Amino acid sequence: MLKLTLLAAAGLARRRPLFAALVSAVPTDVLKPGAALRSGRWAMVIDLRKCLESKDCHAACARACHLEHNVPDIANPRHEVKWIWREQGAHLFPDQLDEFRGAALADQPMPALCNHCDNPPCTRVCPTGATFKRPDGIVVMDPHRCIGCRFCMAACPYGSRSFNWEDPRPSLKHVNPDYPTRGKGVVEKCSFCDERLAQGRMPACVEACTCGAMAFGDLRDEQSPVVKLLRENYSIRRKPELGTQPAVYYLVSK
Amino acid sequence: MIERAFIGRGRYQLWLAGWLIPVGIGLACYLFQYSHGLGITGMGRDVIWGFYVAQFTFLVGVAASAVMVVAPFYLHDCREFARIVILGEFLAVTAVIMCVLHIFVDLGQPARVLNVLLHPSPGSVMFWDMIVLTGYLGLNLVIAWTTLDCERNATRPPRWIKPLIFLSIPWAVAIHTVTAFLYSGLPGRHLWLTAVVAPRFLATAFASGPALLVLLCLLLKKAVGFDAGKEGLRRLSFTIVYAMLANLFFIFVESFTAFYSGVPSHRHDLQYLFWGLDGHAAMVPWMWLSLLMAVASLPILLSSIRRGNQRRLALACGLVFFSTWIDKGLGFIAGGLAVSPMGTVASYAPTVPELLISLGIYAVGVLLLTLFYKIVLSVRAETESP
Repeated sequence: MLKLTLLAAAGLARRRPLFAALVSAVPTDVLKPGAALRSGRWAMVIDLRKCLESKDCHAACARACHLEHNVPDIANPRHEVKWIWREQGAHLFPDQLDEFRGAALADQPMPALCNHCDNPPCTRVCPTGATFKRPDGIVVMDPHRCIGCRFCMAACPYGSRSFNWEDPRPSLKHVNPDYPTRGKGVVEKCSFCDERLAQGRMPACVEACTCGAMAFGDLRDEQSPVVKLLRENYSIRRKPELGTQPAVYYLVSK
Repeated sequence: MIERAFIGRGRYQLWLAGWLIPVGIGLACYLFQYSHGLGITGMGRDVIWGFYVAQFTFLVGVAASAVMVVAPFYLHDCREFARIVILGEFLAVTAVIMCVLHIFVDLGQPARVLNVLLHPSPGSVMFWDMIVLTGYLGLNLVIAWTTLDCERNATRPPRWIKPLIFLSIPWAVAIHTVTAFLYSGLPGRHLWLTAVVAPRFLATAFASGPALLVLLCLLLKKAVGFDAGKEGLRRLSFTIVYAMLANLFFIFVESFTAFYSGVPSHRHDLQYLFWGLDGHAAMVPWMWLSLLMAVASLPILLSSIRRGNQRRLALACGLVFFSTWIDKGLGFIAGGLAVSPMGTVASYAPTVPELLISLGIYAVGVLLLTLFYKIVLSVRAETESP
């Protein structure tokens, strides 16, 4: 499996040699505070062994993210807006968990978020370019250009996108004045905290995680914590058969 | 020519005024939706498209079906369609307008709809769908209007109209193929992720559209004495039979692949539609009714062709129309989204305002079609009177 991961990493680097070169020149871990964090390919690694052990965090990652990004807390499950949330393992990895060791994971709640795919179907189908992939791999969403057709939601095989079925603002208990709120009729989702990265800060969920289960870094940088984790551990990704190449990896015990 | 649409007896004026009522109700419901958001519909984070998109899909088929009279008439000089062809073209125009309206009411931010033109995205099938639909609308409007105007003036149609007519033939196939590609190119939506969507769309279109056209011709004969010609209707009936047979064949091959392969994701949506999944079985009676009507329509159609029985023809066309409407206007979208990306099953039922908005759009269609057909019949009455 290690060999496979190596091959995948090599494949990524080969596809965008220009960015790979840029990144190797700027080690992301040693940037000055306040300066933007840059990457050839941002990725997240969630160590499920740690995450599932931690019983008392009460989804600190989701709370921090939703508070920071003014994600409304809507009671009606049909109208929910979610950027990162806890979802049963069986829902995240359908057909991937067997009835023996896998069964232990199937009932466990674990973090789900946008996978920031290498090959994102959502950006492909957007008729206005309101959602697009940045050169560093982050799939971003411009709510001002979005016409609310929800084609991206039909295309996303991970259920990672939310639509504002109603005005989200009345459902905000606190408003973070540093981040825009959204109106009704547009799609939104996890942005890998592009606004924090621009200020040299790690994503809110990674910072809030109490058990150190979340790592974030540059897949093109051999020194990056995500590459180290992926080289040393066995990882799985969601619905690999669809060819989307998620940038969110889940570490499981061998 | 257009003034003829509004000149009519009291009964005609009453008909127009009557259909304005559902238009008004639909508009009022839309204003409610506009101010509250799409949350007033039955859609939600799992079933993200519902009745509106389903009607759009069904009506694209009705629009595309005009080719079933246009191609035989202009390519093969099939004179039996001489009195029907323009009705088919105006039906296509009306259907495309209803399609566009259904997409418009489905948008979360309708005021930004022109972003599709402002930021053209050739990688998006929806961008192409907009191009082909507006193109098809323009083509049919120009063709129908010009040929009718020439008929009125007893002149030959201008030479430039022929290439446009020929272009409209593959264009009709294109609108439904592109509409199928909206769905069949999405990873992880397994009812849609099959190459059979486009051919099946065309088959149901070429059954439902001509069936509606036959019903309209029969209605016109009864209401205003317009005779479309028995031979034309007979030929259309054959088209419906073959298209329906093709559709049933496609349902069979898709079901074979899904169930014989046993791949759960491929099987689940069909299972949801025809047997129910995880206790969600709202679509089951509808789907079996649709299948039953499709099968039953065939012998009735064939016997009506043999005996020239128009009541039987009307019954068969009604069955075909409702069968395909259930199939595309209810089952296709609800079935495709029933199994959520998380593997859970989600049911959908449209709300009353949602249905009233859609009904309002259909009423707009009835009004437009009435106006178009009134113009056609007035011109015909004028040119045919001694």
